[in-house]
Amino acid sequence: MTAKKMALIATKGTLDWAYPPYILASTAASLGWEVQIFFTFYGLQLLRKDLSSIKISPLANPAMPMPVPMPVLVQALPGMESMATMMMKNKMKSKGVAALEDLRNVCIEADVKLIACQMTVDLFEFDKSEFIPQAEFGGAATFLGFAGDTDVCLYI
Amino acid sequence: MNFDKELDARGLACPLPIVKTRKALNELASGQVLKVTATDSGSTADMKAFSEQTGNELLSSTQEGNLYVFYLKRR
Repeated sequence: MTAKKMALIATKGTLDWAYPPYILASTAASLGWEVQIFFTFYGLQLLRKDLSSIKISPLANPAMPMPVPMPVLVQALPGMESMATMMMKNKMKSKGVAALEDLRNVCIEADVKLIACQMTVDLFEFDKSEFIPQAEFGGAATFLGFAGDTDVCLYI
Repeated sequence: MNFDKELDARGLACPLPIVKTRKALNELASGQVLKVTATDSGSTADMKAFSEQTGNELLSSTQEGNLYVFYLKRR
């Protein structure tokens, strides 16, 4: 049985969008698949050493379940984003959902390749030392070199 | 059913039961049996898919109330 391969592109940096790439990658790795994730634009936030600044916003997200109905203008008030993030994290913990760090550690242990888009790193003037040491740096050709030979390839 | 190792995955949500099952199986020798208990209602389908993908045989998959019990044989 040759190992299947999966390539993901992670482009979002909010808490809700952070989960799909790390859930799929950690699961695929557990199935023995070879996995690469290419982090670009806001997805680069998911490679930061400290993930505590990853937030969820109820703004422009009418599908997000709220405990009480909340007008958009109220959602825009200072502190609402932090409050929504705290509530979501508590909810996740109570339901046994893994912390983002834990899923990322599973990926690292399983040798999932984590590639930061060099172009976006330069664009946002990020310091490489802000990222976890396992992060590698590359461009579109690096990603396509692996993605061209995969069984599953997703843009998230 | 006899088993060589037990994994308590109760209270854990997707994908943790599968991730921990993989780790627990890695500690077994070929032919040894792992018992997994879980409360994730998606784990019945997930454990079947895990078995089919990895070739570790799912000897038994049962549900008792909110508890799901699986026996897997290490490939």
